[in-house]
Amino acid sequence: MGTDLLVFALYGAVTVALAWGLAGYMHRVYAGERVFLSPVLAPVERAFYAAAGTGPDRLQGWTGYALAVLAFNLAGFVLLFAILRLQGLTPWNPEAIAPMAPDLAFNTAISFVTNTNWQAYGGEGELSYFSQMVGLGVQNFVSAATGMAVAVAVIRGFAAQGTGRLGNFWVDLTRTVLYVLLPLAILMALLLVSQGVPQTLAAYARAITLEGAEQVIGQGPAASQIAIKQLGTNGGGFFSVNSAHPLENPTILSNMAQSVSILLIPVAFCFLFGRMVADRRQGLAIFAAMGILFVAGLSVIYAQELAGNPLLASEAGVTGGNMEGKETRFGIALSALWAQATTAASNGSVNAMHDSFMPLSGLVMLVNMQVGEVIFGGVGAGFYGMLLYVVLAVFLAGLMVGRTPEYLGKKIEGREVTLAVIAFLSMPLGILVFGALAATVPQALAAVQDPGPHGLSQILYAYSSATGNNGSAFAGFGADLPFHTTLQGIAMMLGRFAFIVPMLAVAGALSLKTPAPASAGTFPTHTPLFVVLLMITVVILGALTFFPALLLGPIAEHVSMIAGQSF
Amino acid sequence: MMTHLRPALVMLALMVGLTGLAYPLAMTGLAQALFPAQANASLIARDGRIVGSALVAQAFTGAHYFHPRPSAANFDATDSGATNFGPTNAALIAQVAERAEAFRTAHAVTVVPIDAVTASASGLDPHISLQNARLQAGRVAEARGVPLRDVLAEITAQAEAPWLGLFGDPRVNVLRLNLALDDRLPLPAPEGDSPTG
Repeated sequence: MGTDLLVFALYGAVTVALAWGLAGYMHRVYAGERVFLSPVLAPVERAFYAAAGTGPDRLQGWTGYALAVLAFNLAGFVLLFAILRLQGLTPWNPEAIAPMAPDLAFNTAISFVTNTNWQAYGGEGELSYFSQMVGLGVQNFVSAATGMAVAVAVIRGFAAQGTGRLGNFWVDLTRTVLYVLLPLAILMALLLVSQGVPQTLAAYARAITLEGAEQVIGQGPAASQIAIKQLGTNGGGFFSVNSAHPLENPTILSNMAQSVSILLIPVAFCFLFGRMVADRRQGLAIFAAMGILFVAGLSVIYAQELAGNPLLASEAGVTGGNMEGKETRFGIALSALWAQATTAASNGSVNAMHDSFMPLSGLVMLVNMQVGEVIFGGVGAGFYGMLLYVVLAVFLAGLMVGRTPEYLGKKIEGREVTLAVIAFLSMPLGILVFGALAATVPQALAAVQDPGPHGLSQILYAYSSATGNNGSAFAGFGADLPFHTTLQGIAMMLGRFAFIVPMLAVAGALSLKTPAPASAGTFPTHTPLFVVLLMITVVILGALTFFPALLLGPIAEHVSMIAGQSF
Repeated sequence: MMTHLRPALVMLALMVGLTGLAYPLAMTGLAQALFPAQANASLIARDGRIVGSALVAQAFTGAHYFHPRPSAANFDATDSGATNFGPTNAALIAQVAERAEAFRTAHAVTVVPIDAVTASASGLDPHISLQNARLQAGRVAEARGVPLRDVLAEITAQAEAPWLGLFGDPRVNVLRLNLALDDRLPLPAPEGDSPTG
């Protein structure tokens, strides 16, 4: 156990150190300054702008920025849907995999465009190499870049000196892909191949096992996709069981590299924020709030998994940590760490099956998603999500002391708070309303595998994951029923765009305000007091909204389990 | 919206070319040049035929082989999967109890290693814990007619330690271990070389 704590500490130290360096680099990239890759990439960047008829001097207000986001995502959706439906006519399909059904293609296209990467399909059985690379691979990059661009635009709104301008989406998108995601993905992909992740266009391998059976081994251009899947908090696996698959995540080194890359960019955004608003303490305060919530969640999951399943001890006489649905090479500690990172960060890749984790571990994962994926969260998305809570926290603080709330010298007024609450409501709508529908419609209930309270947890998890744009699953849930592919597709869109547009509007409103210098009456937002206030806001607003549902799912299951009851 | 149509379509086309074609194809070329074995599923050949992947579990049922963890995917490496049973699911508990009983009977032990009776996440977990391997060693030694200590020595030789001494649990790769057994402690010839030990 001491070793495990050291492992967690080392993981945190390496992630934060790398993120700190990356934040400085990203700050220069988004400001359009020269970086060491500029000699190679600047000509490519200029060519992209020339072809698209845009450029860094064409600054957009919040509406222009939001429309550009929506237009680009709509075009991406149409293309991906077409690729999935035309599978069979497209090349690189050595296993002759048939086109995807319309509802599943709708769900998958929405899933990858919204950076959710919920998988209602199994990659090795249902997708050709062309669909993986040209279809999903592209969205792995650009959905991540969309979230990062929006976050940068929102931060610019908070920092603007009354200009009303948030930047240019096409420029932010291009710079994100060229300077940040692509170089990191190339390094990561090569590291993964060296560890045994396949990268080939050849057909599946055929083996005759030592006992004489035939074994077909699925492979493909996996490493290139897994690299960006982790860096972009996408999470959609090349293979069905994602990074639990020994070809998707073969070694401890590949596992740790992937674990670090899940949180790398989300953590970097905290420090990037501090640099962009020219007050690093502001970024550190948000980092502290996220970090404390992260460690709290990890502690619960690790303790629960290490203790194991008391029903297996009493009924089957088997003791030990909970290894059902876990891989031997990762064991308890690395599976718990990944589960916390991937649900906190809206990544959604898994290296163990969340459905088989202990009830309270599942509770933590649910809360991570239901608070809106703001404990580091998705690339960019987690940060602008947390800024929503910041707006609400300073508003609450203002109410308590009877002063006009301010953040970074700007007055937070009715318009900002209203917009923030509208964005916030997308979570309960997608999770509780859609989830309640799924829990009452008979055709929908057929998807539930497990009896007892765990069945409700499966529904809650599915709709929390979709609305939070996470993408991980309690995978016993039969998500490929048309009811769920459709409703979850809508939930994913809601969680993505009903959040992005109001947050850009908040940024737009703030960008028109000129910051006032801090006075003695200003509530400081870089202090431990503010960190605590921000965490309380997240827990009260986020978690308590869902508490009754959680009580009936994971908490009821835990209590039953302690009482020795199975279902 | 129309003013955004051209950049949207042009940018999407450029991104498809860059991240959907150039990037994965360049990575494929580099991977095949730099790491040809790893880039092609780490296959293992014996006597000119492929016997499996070093990274992917395959079924072993014979008493003279070490057995991998239970697989919810039936070791199908084109359809990975887990049970996804929740912790209070009676089906899970019944399944584990049944496997535990079988393990105790087959190995004449009372202790059952948890990894021997729980299904892995992928259904293709190539490893088992060292405890699991050591408890199976007696059965394997008897079936092969070799001394127990020779089988235990093979386990030790094939054991994989935690990375940097810290990360991950100690374990052994079942396919590699069974290949080592076939190489070094082969089954007695049918005419019956007298087993020792």
